[in-house]
Amino acid sequence: MGRTIITNIIRFAALIFIQTFLLKNMGFYNLSIPFPYILFIMLLPFETPNWLLFLLAILTGLTVDSFYDTVGVNAAACSMLALVRVIFINVTVERQGFENEPEPRLGIMGFRWFFIYTVVLTLFHHLTLILLESFGFFDIKYVLIRFLFSSLFTIFLIIISEFIFFRKKER
Amino acid sequence: MRNLWIFISKYNAFFFFIVCFIISIALVVRNNSYQRSGVFNSANHFIGETYSRINKAQRYLRLAEVNDSLAKENALLRQELKMSFFDDSVAEQTIKDTVSRQQYTYIVARVVNNSIHLKNNYITINRGKRHGIQNGMGVIGPSGVVGIVKDVSEDYATIYSLLHGDTKISASITESQAFGSLVWGEENTNPRLAVLQDIPNHIAIKTGQHVVTSGYSTLFPAGLPVGRILRTRERGGESFPEIEVRLETDFATLQYVYVIKNLFGPEKENLEKLSKKDG
Repeated sequence: MGRTIITNIIRFAALIFIQTFLLKNMGFYNLSIPFPYILFIMLLPFETPNWLLFLLAILTGLTVDSFYDTVGVNAAACSMLALVRVIFINVTVERQGFENEPEPRLGIMGFRWFFIYTVVLTLFHHLTLILLESFGFFDIKYVLIRFLFSSLFTIFLIIISEFIFFRKKER
Repeated sequence: MRNLWIFISKYNAFFFFIVCFIISIALVVRNNSYQRSGVFNSANHFIGETYSRINKAQRYLRLAEVNDSLAKENALLRQELKMSFFDDSVAEQTIKDTVSRQQYTYIVARVVNNSIHLKNNYITINRGKRHGIQNGMGVIGPSGVVGIVKDVSEDYATIYSLLHGDTKISASITESQAFGSLVWGEENTNPRLAVLQDIPNHIAIKTGQHVVTSGYSTLFPAGLPVGRILRTRERGGESFPEIEVRLETDFATLQYVYVIKNLFGPEKENLEKLSKKDG
């Protein structure tokens, strides 16, 4: 238990650091802006109670927001992400398996499951984020292109980082 | 109450989501001037759109009144034109500046009946004796000469359209100052063309030259546009060529006309009567 908390705190700090100091300066023509910090919420243990999950999600979002000067946008996107995460895990993972598989990680859940998990969560998060940012459908083409390229970039980064910190099933 | 509690705890994720999302959106709207203006803009946009649609419909209903007022204003402006003033400078030799007296006034009228395809065409307007119209007055449209008043009733007047066999208007060519009379009918029945007669053969005539009223008659001020020369037909054995003139006024779309009142008309006619008596 104590180890999980420490791991997550370190992960949180690392991801926020990378997001705000490295990736904030990256982006292709203002079209493709990656947000891999959502990995933190995605990798929280299965056993996390919902209230804690949402609290952490909105706190993470607000932290990123305060760096990006977009108060509330990332927080809203992260609460959406948390909701999708709860629904997705309810649908795809059986309750009994929780004791053996503490975290939804690539090495534990397998590539196919993790890939779909990442894609679905990222798409929902980015859709909320970018719609809130542009606040409307005025320039629908630009919004859609931004949404697609940013999602691709984020998914790519998340999958790559999961392969780097690959951990085989411990049985 | 218990059931409600069970319901909420069963779907707690959704309610957590609602709460978090609302908080976030509230933060967004409160803290971000761009989104705030977006909120107010879309509200305003909706309301503004509604207003402008209603206004558009209303504008359509008032089209007639607006037209009337614009035509009235045009008549007023025409009165102010230099063309409408009688040049008195000869009498006032010591003063170089020309002192002008109103010679022509204009009465605006709406065309209530019109034809262009008959052999003799008449126009009816919604102004009559009550408005100061007498027969024999000249009538012009927004772009040029229209005709001459024929009969006047209390509220209406009929006009010899230019497209009438008996209408004759004294006209001159601006470029050469030659003058003749403009007629319609006989061989020509095209409502956009008229024939300028009595221009002597020796005057060089070119296509596109302007034909204007001559001012020799008491009906029209000098220089009002009538049309442009389209082509000339020499007729064998005659001293006057037949000049076809393309009329400025499109009689098919005539809506408003101005009846010209010449304040000096009677004076001039009386004077000219004297010379006729002698002759």
